[in-house]
Amino acid sequence: MSLSRTDVERIAHLARLEVGEQELAAYAETLSRILGLIEQMNAVDTTGVTPISHPLEAGLRLRADEVTESDRRQDFQAIAPSTQEGLYLVPKVIE
Amino acid sequence: MEWETVIGLEVHAQLLTKSKLFSGSSTQFGAQPNTQACAVDIALPGVLPVMNLEAARMAVKFGLAVGATVNRRSVFARKNYFYPDLPKGYQISQYELPVVQLGRLMIDVDGMKKEIGITRAHLEEDAGKSLHEAFEGLTGIDLNRAGTPLLEIVSEPDMRSAKEAVTYLKKLHVLVRYLGICDGNMQEGSFRCDANVSVRPKGQHAFGTRAELKNINSFRFVEKAIDYEVARQVELIESGGKVVQETRLYDSQSNETRSMRSKEEAHDYRYFPDPDLLPLELDEQFIKEAALGLPELPDAKRERFVREYGLSAYDAEVLTGSREMADYYEAAAAMVPGQAKLAANWIIGDLSGYLNRDSLGIGDAPVTSAMLAGLVCRIADSTISGKIAKDVFDAMWNGEGDADAVIGKKGLRQITDESAIERIIDEVMARNPKQLEQYRSGQDKLFGFFVGQVMKATQGKANPAQVNESLRKKLGDKPA
Repeated sequence: MSLSRTDVERIAHLARLEVGEQELAAYAETLSRILGLIEQMNAVDTTGVTPISHPLEAGLRLRADEVTESDRRQDFQAIAPSTQEGLYLVPKVIE
Repeated sequence: MEWETVIGLEVHAQLLTKSKLFSGSSTQFGAQPNTQACAVDIALPGVLPVMNLEAARMAVKFGLAVGATVNRRSVFARKNYFYPDLPKGYQISQYELPVVQLGRLMIDVDGMKKEIGITRAHLEEDAGKSLHEAFEGLTGIDLNRAGTPLLEIVSEPDMRSAKEAVTYLKKLHVLVRYLGICDGNMQEGSFRCDANVSVRPKGQHAFGTRAELKNINSFRFVEKAIDYEVARQVELIESGGKVVQETRLYDSQSNETRSMRSKEEAHDYRYFPDPDLLPLELDEQFIKEAALGLPELPDAKRERFVREYGLSAYDAEVLTGSREMADYYEAAAAMVPGQAKLAANWIIGDLSGYLNRDSLGIGDAPVTSAMLAGLVCRIADSTISGKIAKDVFDAMWNGEGDADAVIGKKGLRQITDESAIERIIDEVMARNPKQLEQYRSGQDKLFGFFVGQVMKATQGKANPAQVNESLRKKLGDKPA
């Protein structure tokens, strides 16, 4: 399976990455090679093998339901580009 | 052509934990903006999520309550999209392996029982809030809600009318509150609903193309939004058009749905297992403990109320509408042996009316279950009539003490002494010779006039049944 330039453009847009016009072909080629590797792995018969999502043989550690954080808004907002009335301000995003 | 509606619902229930799903920030509603958003919630570099045990327990309780499979192992995944109220650039959710799968809920619509399948329920974190109105050309972001635990409950497309959808939604709403896992507050967004709606020619097996309706935040709107959308789709198809798969926003002001086109391209969420979170593993002991912690569920309680207290299905349904209401009723009923039905009437009638009028929950009622029971006892033993009882109830509501105190203070005790009633009847007859003559000459309907006069003379305190009987005797009739 190989990716087209349009595929690369779309993936780049979804990931909000800027990929220049002249880089598209190179990305299409290298990304396609990764897919090729996955195809190769897909050829292995994995009947009866449980898929894993994580390489570690362990489960999630859970914490007790307690409020342990205090208000540090001032610290956090000191490094934010723009705030007002306790809100972070961003360019308008409504449609 | 006859059309069939197909509806599936996605409900987001905010879990009633004290802290967030993956951080120790408070989930309390209504705090100042961004005062409950810690480094994890605002996604500062290098932070790691640590999961809340209580959220897992709540999801398990829900799974058990709807007879679902509780997966001993479930996996958190990243759902990737960009929006300013989602600081990480992904939402932690569950995708291929949710914690709860394949449950069901029974609904009852117009006396017909129907099983609605629950495909899955998974844990995920909520996003923050965007405020578009307050600032010129800018959007304000409040991340207090970011990271709050949600249980997303997805139904099968099993509903065939807006009414079925609302019934299912209400049932789910009652259930999560019974379980104590969600406060169900729709205004504050703790219980939100999206509806997938499509139509198909009756008898056709394949589903039509669906639209996803968002932003329906009341039971009434669910019904209206679906009705509007069904009409829109039918009209569109009948006039030669095609329904497109899209997200539509319900506008309750204009009662219509409109397309949110910009949401479409975002549908490629590129899910993958979150490398920061190992699989959620639940052992038998944990699930057993959650099962032991389940309360009596609404259906079981309703059936028991019918059986144990001899209530109608309707009364039992109303009284089991919330755990608080059911507890109130049971406490009152226990104090008035043999008068369970009368107690039910007072709760469903006057008490509920007053609660509505004053916008109070039953937990805040000034008339406690013990006070209501006291009132019911006085009606049952004929100390007061049902009519006077309404005045006593009003006085109790206004803080004038319990039933006996009010009855004593206001002299409301019913007159049951036969000679006293007869004396009053004699006076009434003496005062109204003309009506007496007319009655005796055959104008039967004047009987009511005499009853009225006697009740008036006693300020409503005479026992009505006794007044009737004595009057008939005095006026020369045979006892009725």
